[in-house]
Amino acid sequence: MIWNPNKECMSREQMRELQGKRLQKLVQYVYHNVPFYRNKMQAMNVSPEDIVTIDDIVKLPFTTKQDLRDNYPYGLQAAPASEIVRVHASSGTTGNPTIVGYTRKDLAVWSEVMTRCLTAYGVTREDTFSVSYGYGLFTGGLGAHYGVENLGATVIPASTGNTEKHIHLIKDLNITGIACTPSYALYLAETLEKLGIDKKDIGLRVGAFGAEPWTEDMRKEIESRLGLKGYNIYGLSEIMGPGVSYECQEQNGSHINEDHFYPEIIDPETLEQLPDGQQGELVFTTLTKEGMPLLRYRTKDLCTLMTGECPCGRTSVRMSRIVGRSDDMLIIRGINVFPSQVESVILEMQEFEPQYMLIVDRVNNLDTLQVQVEVRRDFFSDDIGSMLAMKKKLSDRLKSILSIAADVRLMEPGSIERSQGKGKHVIDKRILK
Amino acid sequence: MIIKQLSIFLENRTGRINEVAKILGDNGINMQAFSMAETADFGLLRLIVPDVDKAVEVLRAANIAVMLTDVLCINCANTPGSLSATLEKLAASNVFIEYMYAFSDGETANVVIRPDNVEAAVKVLA
Repeated sequence: MIWNPNKECMSREQMRELQGKRLQKLVQYVYHNVPFYRNKMQAMNVSPEDIVTIDDIVKLPFTTKQDLRDNYPYGLQAAPASEIVRVHASSGTTGNPTIVGYTRKDLAVWSEVMTRCLTAYGVTREDTFSVSYGYGLFTGGLGAHYGVENLGATVIPASTGNTEKHIHLIKDLNITGIACTPSYALYLAETLEKLGIDKKDIGLRVGAFGAEPWTEDMRKEIESRLGLKGYNIYGLSEIMGPGVSYECQEQNGSHINEDHFYPEIIDPETLEQLPDGQQGELVFTTLTKEGMPLLRYRTKDLCTLMTGECPCGRTSVRMSRIVGRSDDMLIIRGINVFPSQVESVILEMQEFEPQYMLIVDRVNNLDTLQVQVEVRRDFFSDDIGSMLAMKKKLSDRLKSILSIAADVRLMEPGSIERSQGKGKHVIDKRILK
Repeated sequence: MIIKQLSIFLENRTGRINEVAKILGDNGINMQAFSMAETADFGLLRLIVPDVDKAVEVLRAANIAVMLTDVLCINCANTPGSLSATLEKLAASNVFIEYMYAFSDGETANVVIRPDNVEAAVKVLA
């Protein structure tokens, strides 16, 4: 089923015309409301009048996560504070999170694009749908929530945690759909088996999985253990949140809601736009956003774009699975983790050598993070209590910076392998195919 | 009397303790007594050797995290109740024992004690 055929099945010419018009308007808007963009455009000698068609987008400056941090908290906001009705935040590297303000219209667009996703997955107003992303500053919970409501299905705001209770609700309320991270879906399957509940005794039939990288193998496993069909959902808080793109029944790439989020693929080194089908860094321009519109935001996600009509009837461009990152960011249990965050914590504690290794793994379907760190010779102690206190001090500090728990391993000096040149600080044992 | 104990930090890894034993053996250093304390992540090997300086030198050369700790080594009769008599004196003087280990050798027993206050313990037992 297609929620908005007018937009999702628009002819390519009409779509490009619409995108061109929206881009023109967007550029006028940010030029006059965001000094950051006005200064950048002036420095590049580009004026809003230079933007006529969507192809002119290459004349515009890029935006990076660093720009968002440098302009913390509201520097890139275009709408006046009185128009902002909600704020979300995403964890960044150490220091400032990314703050994203939404106007009432932004939230309506978000609900609309989320509804398109859910409809493509086959969710209807007859469904009872559990949102098991975290509710809060993270966009996953509330983003999916309002999409389900907009569709007219019944939303169960289960959030995360208390999995056993959640499973009883799934059974007793006949919950038919769920949105969560793929690793939480596997955890749910495991808990189900532990409770001795057969998948035939629950009515789940649709899963919207995203917020972390996952594989075809994980899809098969989740589908067979929960007895549902799993669909990819993609989004990022800087652009909107979940709902930027979604799989249809064909499951051959995720359709981008390109009337709102214009995608480009660039070479992360030269920053040149790459032709369709070539792999590179995904870049989005928020064509209709009011709160914090972004020009050519570099997602750092690597993928390819696919054009051509999909057998489902949609004409929108599709993106492949994310095959990697152009920076060193890790996604662990849906949370963005940069090795540099860990490094800064270790550097500020005199107990440790500036040597560390992050071991990321997936144990019982949950991502784990181990931080190995070398204790400085002078800080070893014959007192186990003080060694454990040192370990706890680092774990607590990491927890507050990363928002996820890390298993700290105290190591002997010199035991972590030194690499030549750029230090290799991550071993990711999760097999992502 | 107060003696120097080697305290060695060991990562929990198969064969690590033997690496330490081998270095000492290769350098002709005999282990007179030791105990292992373990946590989920790491172990502490506490060790009494005759030649402390040499042991520290060869272990550090092998990049092993070794520290020196003052401990009390007392000699008491290897008979029922003799350890209790010593411990009673320490307790009566409010000396707290962080850890201890012992080895007996025929007639006598050697007890290594790590009190919270080494000087106070020495005074009590003098």
